Amino acid sequence: MKTIGYYPGCSLHGGGRELDMSLREVCRLAGVELREVDDWNCCGATAAHNLSHELAVALPCRNLALAEQQGITELLAPCAACFSRLKGTNVRLARSAELAGRMREVTGRDYRGTVKVLNLNEFVSRLLADGLAAKLISPLALKVAAYYGCLLSRGQDIVEGQDAENPDGMEAALRAAGCEVVDWNFATECCGGGFSMSLTPAVTDLSGAIMRDARACGAEAIVTACPMCHSNLDMRQKGMGGDFQGAGRMPVLYLTEVLGLAAGLEPKALGLNLHFTDAMSAASARHAQPVEGSR
Amino acid sequence: MSQTRTSQLASYVSRHTGVNVAECYQCGKCTAGCPMAAYMDMSPNQVMRLVQIGDEAATEALLASEAIWACAGCLTCTQRCPRQLDPAAVMDCLREMSCKQGKASKAARKIVAFHKAFLKSVESGGRMNEFPLVRNYKLASRDFFSDVALAPAMVVRGKLHLKSQRVRDKAEIRRIFAACREARR
Repeated sequence: MKTIGYYPGCSLHGGGRELDMSLREVCRLAGVELREVDDWNCCGATAAHNLSHELAVALPCRNLALAEQQGITELLAPCAACFSRLKGTNVRLARSAELAGRMREVTGRDYRGTVKVLNLNEFVSRLLADGLAAKLISPLALKVAAYYGCLLSRGQDIVEGQDAENPDGMEAALRAAGCEVVDWNFATECCGGGFSMSLTPAVTDLSGAIMRDARACGAEAIVTACPMCHSNLDMRQKGMGGDFQGAGRMPVLYLTEVLGLAAGLEPKALGLNLHFTDAMSAASARHAQPVEGSR
Repeated sequence: MSQTRTSQLASYVSRHTGVNVAECYQCGKCTAGCPMAAYMDMSPNQVMRLVQIGDEAATEALLASEAIWACAGCLTCTQRCPRQLDPAAVMDCLREMSCKQGKASKAARKIVAFHKAFLKSVESGGRMNEFPLVRNYKLASRDFFSDVALAPAMVVRGKLHLKSQRVRDKAEIRRIFAACREARR
């Protein structure tokens, strides 16, 4: 069994727990062990970089130092914001010896910069190439919009090997799961992020525009790899007005949930019953039977 | 004819972000792509312009603006800037200054309260916990009634825990916060 370091981040224990559940299921199937960083702390998220540039580097730095000390060379951060903060810290520390020195003082830890941080899309692409694709025996015949949002598409030197205006990677994974991926316009638009409580109208406006474009382009569901995007799109549909208030709500799935369904795993084990917008019926109604002879 | 004078504010921003605002030629691309521009009292390119000017009046206007707090940090401006500047980092720098100097816009009260409540939750136990975060935010913002209906639905789904998740080494987290606070020069 292969092992990879795991930084769940705070969301995956709370609002984004479906991502943790479905990721664990998919990893079990793929034969990959997730080794959680012992005693990890919050990355600081949006709040730290808004209020203190030092805290915004120091909090991720402690996690990276812990991971390094615990012998982790590759670290999966499934939350897009955690990924951006952790990898952004690697980039900043490598660029400035002065900052690296300052962080040694602040954290009291000597991080040498050896931990490579992976996001969910990169990790999933690797799993598929390493044999997971062959285990997707139960194609999910759903028309989906692949939604990257901000932090899986933007951030110089952080999101590597991607065209920021037209990222890819997620589409290939969704096609491997049997989905039809629609061509749409809002794949990298912002959902309103951390303003969910403090400026809710902006979140319902921005997230609503994303949902409407997905629907106009023929999608039956949106697929995301970010717990913040998921929470805004899934939980705030009532406030988006129009169709989304009532019967016309649209399920928002995590990439790992889609892969789990396509592997024939139980929707509840993947956390599909925990969404605010019903995802169970879409998943089960569209869930094709295992394909004969594909095993 | 042209001036190459660098304002005190521009030097401060440059020192903290590496962004030389003098290179901004006011094309407005940052504003054109900004998803939050509609919620700002001045546009992102105006923010850049005021940093260039950087006199006392411009600095006051920036630090008291709603715009700096309405920035979502989505990085669209930074991604698209034809001068490879980083307006998103400039926004971070201005927010930190604004907060430190007690000049944050009253209109952005709820946004500032949320960020502070978030960090308070992290400082006390090393991790963000939704329940204390929401409690602290509501007390600070006096925004008691919004989203109350969501709370039970979150509890049922196991998304809102009454018992907080904490790191073991809480003292280390407090030391990091204290060191960063001290360093705010």
